[in-house]
Amino acid sequence: MIEYKHVYKHFRNSKTNVIEDLTFTVNDGELLVLVGESGCGKTTTMQMLNRLIEPSKGKIEINGTDISTIDSIKLRRQIGYVIQNVGLFPHWTIEENVATLLKLQKVSEEEIKEKVKQYMDMVNLDYDQYAARYPKQLSGGQQQRVGVARALINEPDLILMDEPFSALDPITRDQLQDELLKLHEELNKTIIFVTHDIDEAIKLGDRIAVMQHGKIAQLDSAEEILKNPANDFVEKFVGLNRLWKTPDMLSASDVMDKDFAIIRPDRSVAQAIQRMKEHKSSTLCVVDRVTGDNYRLLGLLGQNRLYGISDHTTKIRDIMKKDFSSFTPDISLAEIMTIRESKGLKFSPVLDENQYLIGIITNTSILNVLSQIMPGKEDY
Amino acid sequence: MFNFIITHGPDILEKTLEHVSLSITAVLIACLIGIPVGFLIVGHKKLSKIVLGFANIIQTIPSLAMFAFALPIFGIGIKPAIFALFLYALLPILKNTLLGIRNVDPAIIKAAKGMGMSRFEIMFMVEVPLSISIIMGGVRIATVTSIGVTTIATLIAAGGLGDFIYQGLSTFNQPMILTGAVLSAGLALLADFLLGIVEKKLTSDGLKTETSRKKKKKNRTKQKPSN
Repeated sequence: MIEYKHVYKHFRNSKTNVIEDLTFTVNDGELLVLVGESGCGKTTTMQMLNRLIEPSKGKIEINGTDISTIDSIKLRRQIGYVIQNVGLFPHWTIEENVATLLKLQKVSEEEIKEKVKQYMDMVNLDYDQYAARYPKQLSGGQQQRVGVARALINEPDLILMDEPFSALDPITRDQLQDELLKLHEELNKTIIFVTHDIDEAIKLGDRIAVMQHGKIAQLDSAEEILKNPANDFVEKFVGLNRLWKTPDMLSASDVMDKDFAIIRPDRSVAQAIQRMKEHKSSTLCVVDRVTGDNYRLLGLLGQNRLYGISDHTTKIRDIMKKDFSSFTPDISLAEIMTIRESKGLKFSPVLDENQYLIGIITNTSILNVLSQIMPGKEDY
Repeated sequence: MFNFIITHGPDILEKTLEHVSLSITAVLIACLIGIPVGFLIVGHKKLSKIVLGFANIIQTIPSLAMFAFALPIFGIGIKPAIFALFLYALLPILKNTLLGIRNVDPAIIKAAKGMGMSRFEIMFMVEVPLSISIIMGGVRIATVTSIGVTTIATLIAAGGLGDFIYQGLSTFNQPMILTGAVLSAGLALLADFLLGIVEKKLTSDGLKTETSRKKKKKNRTKQKPSN
């Protein structure tokens, strides 16, 4: 576990603190993304962890040990480090580059070769093909794979990645992001990842720390940051259109309409028509009140079921539709859309775990939500 | 000239060796001092400016005057000659050392530091190999200059091929002048050529640009046994 405790950083030539009273915790095995505009202090925050930068005030602890008490060289060798410009040694072959840390520790030749092979495999680089080459003979994506293998080879529990994929083309970047996620899943290492790209942050982060002026504006899961941005800055930085791009993050509880029209089963047709008029709704939820605002859904009553009924004693219970499909609140919008389309649903109730009615999903309710998060300004 | 060479064979050999040992000793001392000093001061901007300025001033002193300055300190003979030659060789070596280290991509140093390499490991495993070709360029310039300037060392009785040139000039012995001049020029060319080979040997294949075709062939032959 890594703990930042009231950390400040002030550079001699600047008036303001680059990092101001930073306190947060990184859990073991977590992929935490530090994201923010350039100059927000995200890289400084990261580099204080391997002591490339020393905090002016406060302390950072790894598993309870203040890192300023650990020899910086020793500390850095236990922490994997991957940077944007890769920083491979151009005068060394790929094999030598991957083995850098082993070479420093005087590991035997055979063991080095075996490990290099293993770790090049892990980042999907063919040993026989690439080991003897020099960095400049590799593409940018391949070079960064070497960079990752080099950082992993000493089996660190913690890996720092400073915008490792920003210089790559979008396709390669996407590929490496996927591979990183896979590696993270397999190896269960703690990874701190710095980026300015919110899309990358959302894709990779178990949790995301949005930074602003040397402080963390919000530290939360991607979903939470998208749905409930802590302040205007986060909202603007994340971008309102973000949810639109990631409909998976919207669930039934987000798109449902909580203001629905209800009717008791023992009411008459005339009363039903009256309710429909009042609520400007063509469908009513037939419910039993259990307690307070908790309703149990018995059936649905559409306009078409009222046509041609002249018997005044007819109760709603007799004509309502009893077999209806409902959604659970956590089902995603994408799934809702698919189900609605395949079953031809127009009006779907949402029931919570107690089978109580909590909302309805209609075309209107979905449209309402989407129109709120759609990008662009209105212009009539 | 050939006549002169045949009749003065042993004499010529002796003077050539004298010449070579003078220049090489001076350049070696300049390397031993200049390169480490370069590495030590490269981090300090002010200090490296002062040191470079000092070396620049030395370079502007005419060689004859330099030998004259060295005389009162070391007397006549080999010592003042080596001292003056050393001072001349210092600037190109120091300058190129600084240039070479500054030329190393900062990202590489950052990566090295971040991975946990000590200052010395960074210096010997990264900075030196990456700047070696530029440093060697300085050594080559220093050596060629030094071989040239050594011809003047005859004036303070340090010997070398300059002896032939000045004796020849005073006695108007053209073959003698030619022998001294051609041999010293030849020495300079030879030294440059040899150092060029050393430079290539010291530079990693990964840093060479023009030999990419050759390397591909090498890789192909390397791959066969490994497969």
